[in-house]
Amino acid sequence: MAAKGVVVVKEDWCKGCNICAAVCPTQVLKLDKVKAIMTVAYPEKCIGCKQCEMICPDFCIYVFTPEEYEEIASA
Amino acid sequence: MAKLELKYGNHACAEAAVLAGCRFYAGYPITPSSEIAEKMAELLPKKGGVFIQMEDEIAAMGATVGGSFAGLKAMTATSGPGFSLKQENLGYAFMVEAPCVVVNVQRGGPSTGLPTQVGQQEIMQSLWGTHGDKMIPVFYPGNVQEIMEETIRAFNWAERLRTPVVLLLDEVLGHMRETVDMEQFEEGKVEIWDRKMPKVPPEEYLPYKPEEDGVPAIAPYGTPGYRGHATGLHHDYTGFPTTDPEMCQELIERLINKVKSRQKELERNEAYKLDDAEVAIVAFGTTARAAKTAVDLAREKGIKAGLLRVITIWPSPEETLYELAKSVKAILVPELNMGQYVLEVERCAKGEAPVYRLNRANGKIIYPHEILAKIEEIVKGGK
Amino acid sequence: MGAPNLPMEKIVEKKPYFKYLRLNKMPTIWCPGCGIGQAFRATCMALDELGISNDQVAMVSGIGCSSRTPGYFDGFTLHTTHGRAPAFATGLKLARPELTTILFTGDGDALAIGGNHFIHAARRNIDLTVILINNWIYGMTGGQVSPTTPEGAYATTTPYGNYEPQFDIAKLAIAAGATYVARGTAYHAMELKKLIKDGIKHKGFSLIEVLSPCTIVYGRKNRMSFEEMYFWFKENTLPVKAWEKLPEEKRAGKIPRGLLYHDDSRPEYTEVYWSKVKALSGGEK
Repeated sequence: MAAKGVVVVKEDWCKGCNICAAVCPTQVLKLDKVKAIMTVAYPEKCIGCKQCEMICPDFCIYVFTPEEYEEIASA
Repeated sequence: MAKLELKYGNHACAEAAVLAGCRFYAGYPITPSSEIAEKMAELLPKKGGVFIQMEDEIAAMGATVGGSFAGLKAMTATSGPGFSLKQENLGYAFMVEAPCVVVNVQRGGPSTGLPTQVGQQEIMQSLWGTHGDKMIPVFYPGNVQEIMEETIRAFNWAERLRTPVVLLLDEVLGHMRETVDMEQFEEGKVEIWDRKMPKVPPEEYLPYKPEEDGVPAIAPYGTPGYRGHATGLHHDYTGFPTTDPEMCQELIERLINKVKSRQKELERNEAYKLDDAEVAIVAFGTTARAAKTAVDLAREKGIKAGLLRVITIWPSPEETLYELAKSVKAILVPELNMGQYVLEVERCAKGEAPVYRLNRANGKIIYPHEILAKIEEIVKGGK
Repeated sequence: MGAPNLPMEKIVEKKPYFKYLRLNKMPTIWCPGCGIGQAFRATCMALDELGISNDQVAMVSGIGCSSRTPGYFDGFTLHTTHGRAPAFATGLKLARPELTTILFTGDGDALAIGGNHFIHAARRNIDLTVILINNWIYGMTGGQVSPTTPEGAYATTTPYGNYEPQFDIAKLAIAAGATYVARGTAYHAMELKKLIKDGIKHKGFSLIEVLSPCTIVYGRKNRMSFEEMYFWFKENTLPVKAWEKLPEEKRAGKIPRGLLYHDDSRPEYTEVYWSKVKALSGGEK
């Protein structure tokens, strides 16, 4: 099944608090405990609910629709 | 032709503030300064200005800075205990360079002290009351006409240097009715200085970057495009916090020097019969009025006395006091406290003349005959 | 597979509320997991949805963790002295009533040292939107007890547990005269955005209490993990309508969320003041 959202982490702002992973209903995210940075471990599972983006206290995780992502990645 | 009007000291202060362009007043009731707030409450709404009575002295100082940041000429007034409460936000105003005038109508202290009686006990506090280093102009008029002049001068310097200015009065001056010649305060005759505005476009705007005169041009809040940040933390040219040691040192030195380097321009004194004086009195405010009479009484008795009435208390007239000390045999500093400005006079005299004190902290003025007696004692003492 | 990395300007294009951020000041100084960020984002999103431009907003704060927010907000920002933000903001708002004026404050800042200013701003019903980050502790100074620390909780100044009762912020604000009072949490992000949005829209004094986890200081002292703190809000708060339906005995320990009080009938302070001035001065300003 194709992912409904594309998750992007801005690594230099991430503090590794893990809250986004804790609220993600499909376990897309996984904390890199060594670097204390969130990683998108299973991007294909994303349902585009944006809960991670909304709960991130550091403005560093973003969910785009595949179309949005296509548009900005190719620009 | 003179246009004489009988004016009440505190009301004169309020009227002059409005003349100077004051359009924001936040206050809190406290004796003996309350009449300033009462007059402002009457005048400002009619002038399209803001008057607000705040919930406490601290808030009154805070709101004053808020009004100043909005671009209005702002003032607050208080007395002893209220002045103590304002100190933290006065320091904030100094740090963020918010132009404002803080009036302190001095009464007897410490603590609640003598609320309805006179004192001159905040000479040191007016400069050193807030924590941290600072230098702010402090003016202290000696009569009601001068209350008007000095209030306007306080606003002008506050705006030009983007700094709080303290105007010291005392209970006697604030509650005194005296004739004022209003001619000099007629429309168009009063010299008004306004704060400068940024000359650069918004994208080059650095609110805390000083111009050549050491003063930054900070846009009033709400000016489209000129957004900025102000903080009581040490900050850089952008206004944002920094702990860079060089920047922090530069900031504090600039804040102090922008006032201190203009000491000569800020200086205002009245020299009375000092040309041939052997005994000089250094006094200010209410006490200087008695001192003037004492000089005349002494001269009647053949003693060459004179008076230097200091109006700009801080930054102190260092050179003037030093030259005075060199030209006389003794200096007497009568003041309604237990010895405050005398310390500054001693420092500036650098031992060129002995400095004597006459102190009182009981709520009563020092009378001319008491100053005279002290002068006679000094003269008899052999110097 | 690693996360795709995009340049910031591309992200900003798709996230319009990012225009309120001072991107060159990010990341923030707040600890990992701190809930101030959610309240800040909710505020930015609310402003964006309301179509209020950067030049129309003043943000004022006092001292503390939450009071560092204005530094990251690209508007007219004033970071003032401890507890005094409502006083500074009252002056600014009176002089510039056209500015949407938002305060960021905390439980210690607004309720302890600044309690007097807080209640009087509410009493005047001046059009300020106060976003009060309630994290139950003094975070910036290292974890001392605050006026909202729960009874029994540990802080550096309550090593044997807190024995002082808590302030009920919403009740305090309502009693003082606030005309919009709401409570949200850092966990319920979308709801918080709506509460803040309505608070900004409201003409008068608005208080939005934001229950927010102090992950590092409070959490460590009271042995709660980051995730536990967030889920605590999920489990122990409920929408006010649902809370009202609970029988009295089941309400203990449950905190109602949402709009708690709204009164549009009282006049707003600056409007009253300036209409008086207009009448007295003939429109002169």
